[in-house]
Amino acid sequence: MKRGRLSWSTRSGRALAWQAALLLLLVLCGWALASHAAGSLAERQIRTGFGFLGQRAGFDIGEGPVPYGPADSYLRAFAAGLANTLRVSLLGILLATPLGALVGLGRLSRNLLLRGLCGAWVEVLRNVPLVIQLFAWYLAITELLPEAASPLLLAPHVFLSKGGLQLPLPALAGGLSLELPEVTAFGVQGGLSLTPEFLALLAGLTTATSASIAEVVRAGVLAVPRGQAEAALALGLSRRQLVRKVLLPQALRVIVPPLTSQYLNLTKNSSLAVAIGYPDVVSIANTAINQSGQALECILLIMAVYLTVNLCTALLMNLYNRRVALVER
Amino acid sequence: MAEPIIQLTGVNKWFGSFHVLRDVDLSVAAGERIVVCGPSGSGKSTLIRCINGLEEHQEGRIVVDGVELTDELGSVDRVRREVGMVFQQWNLFPHLTALENLTLAPTQVLKLPRAEAEERAREQLRRVHIERHADKYPGQLSGGEQQRVAIARALCMQPRIMLFDEPTSALDPEMVKEVLDAMLELAQGGMTMLVVTHEMGFARSVADRVVFMDQGRIVEQKAPREFFGNPEHERTRDFLAKVLPR
Ligand SMILES: Nc1ncnc2c1ncn2[C@@H]1O[C@H](COP(=O)(O)OP(=O)(O)OP(=O)(O)O)[C@@H](O)[C@H]1O
Ligand SMILES: [Mg+2]
Repeated sequence: MKRGRLSWSTRSGRALAWQAALLLLLVLCGWALASHAAGSLAERQIRTGFGFLGQRAGFDIGEGPVPYGPADSYLRAFAAGLANTLRVSLLGILLATPLGALVGLGRLSRNLLLRGLCGAWVEVLRNVPLVIQLFAWYLAITELLPEAASPLLLAPHVFLSKGGLQLPLPALAGGLSLELPEVTAFGVQGGLSLTPEFLALLAGLTTATSASIAEVVRAGVLAVPRGQAEAALALGLSRRQLVRKVLLPQALRVIVPPLTSQYLNLTKNSSLAVAIGYPDVVSIANTAINQSGQALECILLIMAVYLTVNLCTALLMNLYNRRVALVER
Repeated sequence: MAEPIIQLTGVNKWFGSFHVLRDVDLSVAAGERIVVCGPSGSGKSTLIRCINGLEEHQEGRIVVDGVELTDELGSVDRVRREVGMVFQQWNLFPHLTALENLTLAPTQVLKLPRAEAEERAREQLRRVHIERHADKYPGQLSGGEQQRVAIARALCMQPRIMLFDEPTSALDPEMVKEVLDAMLELAQGGMTMLVVTHEMGFARSVADRVVFMDQGRIVEQKAPREFFGNPEHERTRDFLAKVLPR
C-alpha cells in the first residue's frame, strides 16, 4: 500500500497519534502514583532506597550452592535465594518435560490400562492445589521415610531417608573421583546431599507441571492431521517410529508456545517454597522484609528477578520455536 | 491362472451399526491394473484401506501376497511391506524435505544406510520427473508436484502392489495429467495397481478391469471395453451417465 503523508487523515497517522496519547497518559499516571507514594513514605519516616543491600543480613540460610553465612550482606542473601530458585526451577523443568511428554503420549496409547493411569495422573495432579501437594510431599518424606541412621538404599551409594537424599558427588581432587556418602550413627554423611525441603518442592513442582505438560503434548499430537499417521503406517513405520519421526516433530510447533507458559508457571510456582521452608528467593525476601522493614524494595527486587528469569526463558523458547516452525511457501 | 496376489473372500465391515462393506469378493492377479469406481459413500476408500490394514474388517478373509490380514502380530507389517499407498490429500510429511520424505521409511523400516536410501530416493524422484525439487519442503511445491513426490515415496519401499485413493481428485485440472502420466508409466512397468478414481479416461486406457461399487457391494466388474460399452446393471448405467462426458 502506498503510504500517504503522516496526518490525521491517514490510517497510520491516526494510529500514531492514538499511541502517543496513550503513552502520555500512562506516564502521567505513573508519575502521579510515584510522587504520592514518595510523599506518604516520607511522611511516615520510612527509609527508602536500596542502600540496605550492602548491610549485614544476620540471618542463616539452610542450604544452597552459593556460599553464605549470617555475616554476609543482604545482597548475598538474595543471590543465595535466587540460586536456590533457579536450582529447583531448572531441575523441575528438566524432569517435568520428559515425564509430561510420556504421560501425554500414554493418554493416547491403545493400551486401556496405561491410558487410564495417565488420565488419573493428570486429573489428580491438576485438580489439587499445588500448596497441598507440597505439604503432602513434605509430609511423606519427613514422616514416612526411615530415620536418617537407617536409610533406604535406592542404588549403590544412593540413600533416601528423613534426612533427604544423598548421592555420590563427582570431585576433582587429583583427577576425577567420586565422593561417596557413608552411613554413620548420625545419619548419612558426605557426598551430595539434597534436603527434604528441596526434594518435596522438586517433586511437587515436577509432578504437578508434568500433568499440565501432558495435556499440552496430547493436544499437540491430536492437532496433527490424521492423514499423517495413516501415511506413515502405510509406509510400514511402527507406532514408535510414527510418534518419534512424524507426530512429535509436527506437534512441536503447537506444543512449544503453551509449553513455554508451563515453564514460566513452574518457575513462578517455586515461590510456594515458603510454605515448606525451602529458602528460595521469595522466602529470603520475606525474612529480609521482616528484618529491614524495606518491603517496597524487596518486593520490587523479587518482581525484577522473576521478570528477568522468565523473559530469558521465554526468549530461549521463542528461538527454539522458530527452529521447529514449518517451512511454508 | 496363477495364484492371485490379492484375494478378498466374503469381506464384511461395519462402522458401528453402519454396514459399509457387504460380502465383497475380489481377486487380483499380479500385474493387473484395477480401477474402482462408484458413487460417493459406496465404500471404495474403505475397501482399499482394508487391503493394507488401515481399516480392520470384521468378517471374511483378506490375503495379500500369501499373508492373511489377521490381528496376529506382524501380519499387518508384512502386508504393508508389499503394499504402497497414495492418498487423495498426498499426506506428505510437511516437516521434511521431499528427499527426506522419501528416505524416512527406507532408513527406519528397512534400515538402509542413508547413502543408499538417498540414492534410491533420487532415482524415484527422477522417475516422476521431480528431482530438481528434492530439497524443497512440501509447502513449497504445487499440488501435482506433491502428489508425484507421494507416489515416489511409496515406490521407495519397492512394493509389489500400489493402492491409489482418488489421487487426482484434489488437484487443479492442469495438474491432473502430470500425475496420471506418472501412474501410466508405473502401469507400463508391470506394477499391480488398485486405483479408486473418477478419471474414466484413465480407466479406459490403462485398466485391465473396472470394478463398480454401490452401497458397499461390488455390483459389477468387467474389462473396460465391456464396462463402458455394455453395462449390465441399472445402477452402473445411472452412474456412467453422470460421470461420462456426453
Ligand atoms: N471412520 C468412519 N466412521 C464411520 N463411518 C465412516 C468412517 N469412514 C467412512 N465412513 C462411512 O462409510 C461410508 C463409505 O465411506 P468411503 O470413504 O469408503 O466411501 P467412498 O466410496 O470412498 O466415498 P468418496 O467417493 O466420497 O470418497 C460413508 O458413508 C462414510 O460416511
Ligand atoms: Mg473415498
